[in-house]
Amino acid sequence: MNINEKLSTLKYNKGKESHLSADNEICKECKNRVCTHICPANVYDWNEDSKSLTIRYENCLECGACKIACEKQNIKWAYPSAQYGVKFKNG
Amino acid sequence: MAINKTQVIVIGAGPAGVSAAITIARAGKNVLLIERGDKAGDKNMFGGEIYTEHTLEVFPNFIEEAPLEKPITEQKIIMLNNDNSIEFSYKENFKNYADSYSTVRAKWDNWCVEQAIKEGVIFAPKTLVKELLIEDSKVVGIQTELEKYYADIVIVADGVNSLLLEQIGLRKKIQDSDVTVNVKEVIKLPAETIQNRFNVDEKSGQSTKILGGPFKNLFAIGFMFTNKETISIGMGISLDDLKKIELKPYELLDKLKEHPSINPYIKGGQTIEYSAHLIPEGGYKSMPKLYTNGLMAVGDSAMLVNNIHFEGTNLAVISGKLAGETAIEALNKNDFSSKQLSLYEKKLKQSFILKDLKTHKNTIEFIKKNINTITDIYPELGCGLFKVLTHSSKEPKNEVYRKFLFKVLKSGAILKTIPLVLFAMEKCFKR
Ligand SMILES: Cc1cc2nc3c(=O)[nH]c(=O)nc-3n(C[C@H](O)[C@H](O)[C@H](O)COP(=O)(O)OP(=O)(O)OC[C@H]3O[C@@H](n4cnc5c(N)ncnc54)[C@H](O)[C@@H]3O)c2cc1C
Ligand code: SF4
Ligand code: SF4
Repeated sequence: MNINEKLSTLKYNKGKESHLSADNEICKECKNRVCTHICPANVYDWNEDSKSLTIRYENCLECGACKIACEKQNIKWAYPSAQYGVKFKNG
Repeated sequence: MAINKTQVIVIGAGPAGVSAAITIARAGKNVLLIERGDKAGDKNMFGGEIYTEHTLEVFPNFIEEAPLEKPITEQKIIMLNNDNSIEFSYKENFKNYADSYSTVRAKWDNWCVEQAIKEGVIFAPKTLVKELLIEDSKVVGIQTELEKYYADIVIVADGVNSLLLEQIGLRKKIQDSDVTVNVKEVIKLPAETIQNRFNVDEKSGQSTKILGGPFKNLFAIGFMFTNKETISIGMGISLDDLKKIELKPYELLDKLKEHPSINPYIKGGQTIEYSAHLIPEGGYKSMPKLYTNGLMAVGDSAMLVNNIHFEGTNLAVISGKLAGETAIEALNKNDFSSKQLSLYEKKLKQSFILKDLKTHKNTIEFIKKNINTITDIYPELGCGLFKVLTHSSKEPKNEVYRKFLFKVLKSGAILKTIPLVLFAMEKCFKR
């Protein structure tokens, strides 16, 4: 079961604004881009052509791992505005 | 009194927050419980099992009335090798109630809050607290997305990420080694299939922890819980180990699900939900200051988890209750100073919570140092031993024994076990 199939089991109320952001200039200098690796929702992707970090915030599971993992402390991390974000039916 | 003011505000309606709030309401005080989810539990996940003895202290009617899944009557440990495994299980046939019950958080948290509302707690869901308000170095209230709200005491129960304790500098930045990243799937299967596969009936259930296999040489563990018509299966790995490996967290979970000793339990089932959450693993050493003028921190926000025994909700419930009791005394004395609220820490110290965290303050480091022994050598030799005893072949037995003995000697398992035994003994006697 790939990650998209896993994520498709979830209910989200997707907000229009991202609750996550990163300074792309700092990401350009980042060696390991660990955010693209540790996120359980595969939110982050590095695009080599445009040299930019894609943040699919609408898939975020609000766990907090990326905030701690980014060694440059470059992720501005907040919970989504109330009523937005993921909603677990089981949990 | 200003319009937007109450006696106590509790932030976060997980087990810690709801226990604090209900304790305070039972003493006839005014308490507002705030939760960012549309309802309690919407944002939360766990393994999991809730522990009876602690939960009864706050919710005396939970066994009869709460939306539980199954009584846990069997605790199992599975040690995986690459394609074989050994299972140890302990069964307890209970008389009145089981030691623990499996449940899912969306239902459980919501039920707890319903009880709290019945007992006078004012509940505000769909409300995100952005900031704590501070005046003259005392926490005096909160800023939500919409308004300010004031209280004599604020209890922070906002979970492992605790942005709020971070805001006021009560807690240091969390390190990679202080948390595990956990992912889980809830897999739907007919009740009867679950009962057959796990050898349980309607009145019994299993909690399983899984070592080795895909988690060899990693500080990681798998888990499985039987629910009525679903199985919760998941795994957690320390963030520092996760950074080191190629696999993503959900790929590690897939490896677990595919292992030939695990797959038959879940085969043919339908994943109805995927989820992720952190567990604070830093323990005693990573605990923040637990109180300050006008504020107390409870549950995961205060890093109160006993990871060695997979206990979290029970520490949350009891820390919430103790903070609630402290708030009641403070309100009666009309004193919300740090000095008065230090009673909360005193109560925690007298309880199992800080005693256990202290007992295990260096256990994680010790396990990490011995991770190869625990997750690789033992599963390998354990499987090897069973194979020696049960496998029939044309090879003469004494040769089979000899080969295994050499394997044991070569692995250094005997020498490597000595520090483990000494460490465990030290835990019995050290105060
Ligand atoms: C995979 C996994 C398995 C586990 N298994 C077990 C187990 O089997 N048994 C066990 O006892 N424990 C287990 N635990 C641990 C247990 O779940 C936690 O210790 C427990 O939930 C902590 O309770 P809490 O109330 O402190 O925090 P939480 O349960 O995290 O609750 C915090 C609440 O605060 C809310 N919140 C956060 N910030 C804000 C804000 N700014 N404004 C408003 N609301 C906010 C959140 O939405 C949430 O509802 C497990 C944990 C995980 C992740
Ligand atoms: S780890 Fe941090 S700095 Fe590196 S790419 Fe990700 S967000 Fe940018
Ligand atoms: S909070 Fe968790 S799920 Fe969301 S982006 Fe960060 S790591 Fe991914």
